Amino acid sequence: MNDKKREPISDRRKFILSMARGAGLAALGGLVWSAYVDEVTASTLLLRPPGALAEKDFLKTCIKCGLCVEACPYDTLLLAKPGDNKPLGTPYFIPRDVPCYMCTDIPCVPVCPTGALDEESVTTNGVLDINSAEMGLAVIDAESCIAFWGIQCDACYRACPILEEAITIDYAQNLRTGKHAYMTPVVHSDACTGCGMCELACVTEKASIFVLPREVSMGKAGSHYIKGWDKSDEKRLEDAEMKTTTTKLSEKSAMDSLNDSEDLY
Amino acid sequence: MKTVWNNYRYLIMRRVVQVGLLFLYFGGNAWGWTILRGNLSSSRIFDMVPMSDPYAALQMLAAGVLLASDLLIGVAVATVFYLLIGGRVFCSWVCPVNMITDAAAWLREKLEINRVQNGKVPISRNMRYWVLGLSLVISAAMGVAAFEFISPISMVHRGIVFGLGFGWAAMLVIFLFDLFVLKNGWCGHVCPLGGFYSLLGRFSLIRVHHDEEACTLCMKCKVICPEPQVLYMVGKETIPVLSGECTNCARCIEVCDDDALGFSIRKLVDNKTTGDKDESNK
Repeated sequence: MNDKKREPISDRRKFILSMARGAGLAALGGLVWSAYVDEVTASTLLLRPPGALAEKDFLKTCIKCGLCVEACPYDTLLLAKPGDNKPLGTPYFIPRDVPCYMCTDIPCVPVCPTGALDEESVTTNGVLDINSAEMGLAVIDAESCIAFWGIQCDACYRACPILEEAITIDYAQNLRTGKHAYMTPVVHSDACTGCGMCELACVTEKASIFVLPREVSMGKAGSHYIKGWDKSDEKRLEDAEMKTTTTKLSEKSAMDSLNDSEDLY
Repeated sequence: MKTVWNNYRYLIMRRVVQVGLLFLYFGGNAWGWTILRGNLSSSRIFDMVPMSDPYAALQMLAAGVLLASDLLIGVAVATVFYLLIGGRVFCSWVCPVNMITDAAAWLREKLEINRVQNGKVPISRNMRYWVLGLSLVISAAMGVAAFEFISPISMVHRGIVFGLGFGWAAMLVIFLFDLFVLKNGWCGHVCPLGGFYSLLGRFSLIRVHHDEEACTLCMKCKVICPEPQVLYMVGKETIPVLSGECTNCARCIEVCDDDALGFSIRKLVDNKTTGDKDESNK
């Protein structure tokens, strides 16, 4: 035993053990670190500057330099600070405070060094076109919107920079009074850029029309449902994929299923 | 006054550069100055020359991002710049965290904490390379630039330019860590950006050079140095400091009363003093 103790520890043993210690520490640190990164990148309710890539790609491509924030002449864009509970250092805006005023030269996009704000996505026929931006989509809470109560209000409609395309007014008879009309706003996703000027203009205590990221506010019908009366909608069938699903059939007869009550309890 | 300048000239210059850069960035956001815009992750100089953090770009690459040309140019500019003047010149002349950790190191010396805690340090200085490797692994696994989400350097710098939020907590934690837990803890052991610039700095041109004949072995340089392992040759050999971990902070040059240390351009100095072309003298 004593002989073994006096034996000098070989360099190889020292090296291997120090590597093992490093690996152990790295595993522990990596666990905490990756859990934190997972947590902070999970937030999906952020409105990004015009031309931003899809959230997942945006998070990996944005270098957090703040050049877009500095370029914004209205101080619309903010850079997430520690404590904001948003992915740190990434740009976002809160339309109820300051909406995007949709500058025609879009100063925030060309300054982006990494392409996280993609100039191409806000360019139409070689010219910057803010109307093609897709920052989000306004949605209306019809229960708190006073226009749906029958009170006359078109604040959002008037505030919309793409009036008559992104927001239109629907007319319907007000059966409660019998002699008035409901004049209710409708948002159209093909034109709405998500600038949020409607949200700022909304007169209710908490905005009844508000912008959400498009992935959050929009559903998707999928290729199972096609407007057969609309030739252009049929084009979506070109991307349709075939999918075969199998359902396990019950081996019992139909009568048994009525008599058998075991699933009820 | 002359001795103050002599003993602190590089320290004064470093603080002027550090604070000046912060001020220029701050002015870029607050008053629309165009000298420096953005922050240390990526900037534009005079609205023309891009300069980007090569380590951030490396993480993005690991995360699977196709790097844009503007970014690549910015990375090239920064890489060439730091290859010329020394990789960790970023650490001691630019990084705002340096002021926090230098303050902690100074207070640690004043409070004589080093005398109490001079035993074996719990973590090695090679830790930073592990953190560097780990950051790339996590970036690849999570698909985001991992260190950029926790970097106290960015938090402090962005905080000063764009608004601090809870960033002061990061500053305080680093200060206390360096003061009470580990001497030169953050910058000298943990920071992966420092590790990255250490690797880059192995090849850089501007070096501190040691002249063994002038050295009187007072060892003031080793006491003041935040990375004393790089000064292993003091009193032994006349060679330049070639380790990339040297930050070119020049504190050793200032405290040396014997002119045994000074800046030099790698290779040239060897030709002058020893006539030897081999830079390492190994």
